[in-house]
Amino acid sequence: METYNYKVVRQFAIMTVVWGIVGMLVGVIIAAQLVWPALNFDIPWLTFSRLRPLHTNAVIFAFGGSALFATSYYVVQRTCHTPLFAPKLAAFTFWGWQAIIVAAAITLPLGITTSKEYAELEWPIDIAIAVVWVSYAIVFFGTIMKRKTSHIYVANWFYGAFILTVALLHIVNSAALPISLTSWKSYSVYSGAIDAMVQWWYGHNAVGFFLTAGFLGMMYYFVPKQAGRPVYSYRLSVVHFWALIAIYMWAGPHHLHYTALPDWTQSLGMIFSLILLAPSWGGMINGIMTLSGAWHKLRDDPIIRILIVSLSFYGMSTFEGPMMSIKTVNALSHYTDWTIGHVHSGALGWVAMVSIGSMYVLIPKLFGKKEMYSTKLIEAHFWTATIGVVLYIAAMWISGVMQGLMWRAVNPDGTLTYSFVESVEAMHPFYFVRFLGGVVFLSGMLLMAYNVWKTVAGSQPAEDAVPQPA
Amino acid sequence: MSTGLSIYISVIVLLNIFGCVWLILWTSKKRAGEASAGEVTGHEWDGLQEYNNPLPRWWLYLFYITIVFALVYLVLYPGLGKWQGILGWNQVKQWQEEVQQAESKYGPIFAQFSDKPIPALLEEPQALAMGKRIFLNYCAVCHGSDARGAPGFPNLTDDEWLWGGTPERIEETITIGRQGTMPAWGPTLGEEGVEAVAHYVLSLSGRKHDAALARKGEEKFKTLCVACHGVDGKGNPMLGAPDLTNNSWLYGGSLGAIKKTIAEGRKGHMPAHGDFLGKDKVHLVAAYVYSLTHKSK
Repeated sequence: METYNYKVVRQFAIMTVVWGIVGMLVGVIIAAQLVWPALNFDIPWLTFSRLRPLHTNAVIFAFGGSALFATSYYVVQRTCHTPLFAPKLAAFTFWGWQAIIVAAAITLPLGITTSKEYAELEWPIDIAIAVVWVSYAIVFFGTIMKRKTSHIYVANWFYGAFILTVALLHIVNSAALPISLTSWKSYSVYSGAIDAMVQWWYGHNAVGFFLTAGFLGMMYYFVPKQAGRPVYSYRLSVVHFWALIAIYMWAGPHHLHYTALPDWTQSLGMIFSLILLAPSWGGMINGIMTLSGAWHKLRDDPIIRILIVSLSFYGMSTFEGPMMSIKTVNALSHYTDWTIGHVHSGALGWVAMVSIGSMYVLIPKLFGKKEMYSTKLIEAHFWTATIGVVLYIAAMWISGVMQGLMWRAVNPDGTLTYSFVESVEAMHPFYFVRFLGGVVFLSGMLLMAYNVWKTVAGSQPAEDAVPQPA
Repeated sequence: MSTGLSIYISVIVLLNIFGCVWLILWTSKKRAGEASAGEVTGHEWDGLQEYNNPLPRWWLYLFYITIVFALVYLVLYPGLGKWQGILGWNQVKQWQEEVQQAESKYGPIFAQFSDKPIPALLEEPQALAMGKRIFLNYCAVCHGSDARGAPGFPNLTDDEWLWGGTPERIEETITIGRQGTMPAWGPTLGEEGVEAVAHYVLSLSGRKHDAALARKGEEKFKTLCVACHGVDGKGNPMLGAPDLTNNSWLYGGSLGAIKKTIAEGRKGHMPAHGDFLGKDKVHLVAAYVYSLTHKSK
């Protein structure tokens, strides 16, 4: 009997939970440092500047990355009706990716960094990432090539776009010249405004393809699966897929409004960010409307509720993003906490919650169980996650808008009303609320870890047969 | 920008936008033999199916509205390569206009005190309040919001002046900035020499010191340091050389700090503010600084 390759899926699924807790814990620590600065204990490795990139790398690439690897390997096999192509290479991607995460966790606190946001890892690690990623592409597209189904399922379009584009983004943006082969230090091959533009072309497409397209792939499998309903509209998936991947490429310059970037580039960044609204919402509509005819599941099934709330946060932050890309709005919001709030409504509300929901569907299946050990704990996780995100983003909205307004307030004689430090002082209470939101969200992850442990302990790895062509 | 690049940019931008329009129209069209609304497409993957529902109307309108907005924006503003937009807007112009507006609105407020000499401004609470606000915006970053300075940044409230404390000198310091350079004497003096000179410097302000070492240090001081700090160690405001007898220390007055200053030198930098503050604001902020040590009668 031919069975699906679940081993690598199981490994990545478990590491999703582990890295989720680690990454979010570092987030809570740096949030606490902003409330109580003494918490860096005057130790260089524990300063905010070094732990912050560790937090972002851990949650995006370790937690989010593991979730994407796990689900894409699972989904591509199941929807192609064939086991993974090149299983040894798939195993290599697991160990390679974990080694990269460990390398990041060592080098970033040591202060070894390119200082490019979300691309901080230095050149030897960048090369390793490129190798693992190309291997990932071979496994994924190899599996698509040997599929037993005539058409390619929509989830795989999104996973495929995510894998291809991230390879392109990573390789182009990380192009750098090491100062010597025995040194970690390298310099970007681009300079000045071009370097900034390449960086934010990468940065925004990391959001668009890693954090959006990849997780939409996840959504397109686990939402209809858990709802037991067909996807709402095939047509809609065609339009929003092609429009999304074409338009996202242009959005990067909105990170560089009112800078040395030429005016025409800034304009294009803004208008394409606005056009992006409808394609982004296409995914939300398709996910939420899949539930039509089965709305009662929102009441009965906490997993469905997590998935649908994640889509709601996705819709909210993809509305907020285009709005913030408008120059006049950006003039207020840029460099403030509003941006941090926006990122987290996407990262916690959408990315983390859709991953959590998908893991609750996936993990029991991988370990031969009908369902998770405790539905009550999933219910509790739903509430902690939702309350955590809401506290977080509400605090950052208020703090961000207040910052923006304080920075631009002037006296009758045109001098600034507030000194910078006064705006810092005004943010203090909201930093505490943000910290609290983080703690609440993290506590939900601990419930998840316990629930997963009780589900997995003593179980037999599942062996599912590949359907034979009729 | 070359014409070729300009055309390339315009073409790919418009292709992308009209590509979206084509995509919407192409997908909205119903084809023969296709599943209708509420029916599944007929494909199945791992038990998953898809309906072929039409695109939601409101969503299509939203898509079209953003496209129309984008096209209008590209006519009005720069974006399509070399095209400057019919509004003629650019960010440099916007900035210049805002600066001009601010100048014409706020300029007269600051100018009303430009004719009055600084000592007379001590009687003008409004002028001092404005000077203080300018100080908090531009100067407090280094000198502190209480103007008491920090190590390396002079205290402006103690009436000890590196470059002179007359109204004219203060105004000059703010306008053109200052570069204070203490050369590194470590290589010349050696470790013992540095120690000796440091003890002599301590003795100048009557601080606890080793008398024998100070005598030795005095010889060195008389040859190396007098050029700037003067024979009596009272400094020279023309060079920004500090008075060493007043027990006021820019970089710290401990034996260790003094030794470090002698051995490694120091470099102080007060940036020039004349160009971007303009004469009138410099005048007001100088008055505020002057008022910190001179009260109105």
